[in-house]
Amino acid sequence: MTVANPAPALSIQGLWKSFGALDVLQGIDLEVAEHEVIALIGASGSGKSTLLRCINLLEPIDEGRIFIEGQEITARGVNVDRIRRRVGIVFQSFNLFPHMRVLDNVTLGPRKVLRRTKADAEADAMRLLERFGLAEKANQLPDRLSGGQQQRVAIVRALAMQPDLLLLDEVTSALDPELVAEVLNVVRELAAGGMTMLIATHEMGFARDIASRVCFLDAGRILEQGPPAQIFAQPREARTRQFLNRIIEAGRL
Amino acid sequence: MTAPGGPQGPDRGGRHGLPGSRARRRREDRVSAVRSTLVALVSTVAVFGLLGYIAVNSPGWPAVQSSFFDGELFSASLPDIASAFVVNIQLFCISEVLILVLALVLAVARSSTAPVLFPVRLVATVYVDVFRALPGVLVIYILGFGIPGLNLPGIPTDPFLYAIVALTLIYSAYVSEVYRAGIASIHASQAAAARSLGLTQVQALRYVVLPQAIRRVVPPLLNDFIGLQKDTVLVSYIGVVEIFRQSQITEAANFNFTPYLATALVFLVMTIPLARLTDWLVAREARQGRIVVLGTASQVANALGRSRGGQAAP
Ligand SMILES: Nc1ncnc2c1ncn2[C@@H]1O[C@H](COP(=O)(O)OP(=O)(O)OP(=O)(O)O)[C@@H](O)[C@H]1O
Ligand SMILES: [Mg+2]
Repeated sequence: MTVANPAPALSIQGLWKSFGALDVLQGIDLEVAEHEVIALIGASGSGKSTLLRCINLLEPIDEGRIFIEGQEITARGVNVDRIRRRVGIVFQSFNLFPHMRVLDNVTLGPRKVLRRTKADAEADAMRLLERFGLAEKANQLPDRLSGGQQQRVAIVRALAMQPDLLLLDEVTSALDPELVAEVLNVVRELAAGGMTMLIATHEMGFARDIASRVCFLDAGRILEQGPPAQIFAQPREARTRQFLNRIIEAGRL
Repeated sequence: MTAPGGPQGPDRGGRHGLPGSRARRRREDRVSAVRSTLVALVSTVAVFGLLGYIAVNSPGWPAVQSSFFDGELFSASLPDIASAFVVNIQLFCISEVLILVLALVLAVARSSTAPVLFPVRLVATVYVDVFRALPGVLVIYILGFGIPGLNLPGIPTDPFLYAIVALTLIYSAYVSEVYRAGIASIHASQAAAARSLGLTQVQALRYVVLPQAIRRVVPPLLNDFIGLQKDTVLVSYIGVVEIFRQSQITEAANFNFTPYLATALVFLVMTIPLARLTDWLVAREARQGRIVVLGTASQVANALGRSRGGQAAP
């Protein structure tokens, strides 16, 4: 450990993104310090997934700048593959590689991108799988696993790259209710371990428990942000109140 | 035949409630299955019997019989014809390997999106358009007679070589479309997941997209193999002595068409198992709920449209 890194883990300045005539993100400003856990909440279509995909450069942006630990990743000529190694993303629909065993799903990145040896990568992968209770699934194909197990594998796959920042996009929305907890517990453990995370979620109770800060996204803008206690108990904006009321009516808070 | 009815006879249905009625239903199913089979059998025999009857009683039958169904000539010509078929097998095997490679290159080129690769895409697209548009025989003629006809020094004259080149050029155009449809059928989220790990575009294609795409298109690929196997006879036009040319030679020597029948038989024996295998694979894929891509334009368009749809769950 040398001097603390003064630059924030993630910094977004004036991010605009449109799909055709649709302005999905309209000037997002966001700073995330190391070890922070940010919950992104907001109505469907408010741009949560798009924001996460922009941070991982899976979508080209129209305007604005994104920095990771002080390095601008949206500058011309940066090596996007090099950046993506440092930013892990887990998708709502798992997106495991169906033709590969669980172990190969996890080791593909370390082997082909980080150029680790097979034995080395597999030893690390097994440790991770064991930590999340998946060791006995290592040799199976993804479609033999339950949804919750698949999503945990997807998280392990992202972790195997040892990212500085982890993006989670509604990682429990595709799961049956009884499988949600096992995945959320994994995320809790990561948060406790100090992983810097940006989490788009509809699980408000979870957001309240785990987040150091909650950002409410509305029509492509961060309308309001603050500690979970404030956002959930005393939201300042009428739109936030409206959104939370709808959630409460739906019995999800 | 056992005695019908009686106290020991079949149970009387509804007496045991549900199990009884289930047994009755099973019995009825069996009876109706037997009836269907019988109907199919009778109608098949009737149709083919009628056709056979018409053929055999047609005025020209005796002539056709002696010029197509000469048993002696059949067994006499079969060895020559079978050994000429070795040439077809060589043509098939060599060009198949080349086709699989060239077609994959074409498909990957056409599936690329980078602006830098536009010329590559253009060349590949024009290539596929041209060779799908031209009748195969024309390509074989032009290559087999045209190129050696230039009389350039050092240019090979072996028609076998031109046959391989022509078959490869023709079939690569088709097979590349099969591959391309397969690539397009892999949801964009797979490539996104690979790229998000830091894999380059080429690595994502190599390790994630292509292995899945190729698995999906095995049945349509086999289908094209069957076509190629048959089309090897087309190169007889430029002087390759393969099975069809050999049967022409035998025909000319005997003024009898029976050798063609022998040739037909050889193809049936070779091709039908491959066709059965293809059908079986298609059925298996369908059972497993995977889409089988046959490479039609609309399917490619559909798949492309889907993948542009973004991050929707597959
Ligand atoms: N690839 C795309 N092409 C066109 N429009 C898109 C694309 N991706 C997203 N959109 C649109 O952008 C808007 C924001 O989508 P996004 O997926 O970011 O919302 P979200 O907040 O994640 O919603 P949800 O909670 O339903 O996941 C939506 O209106 C969506 O239709
Ligand atoms: Mg979303």
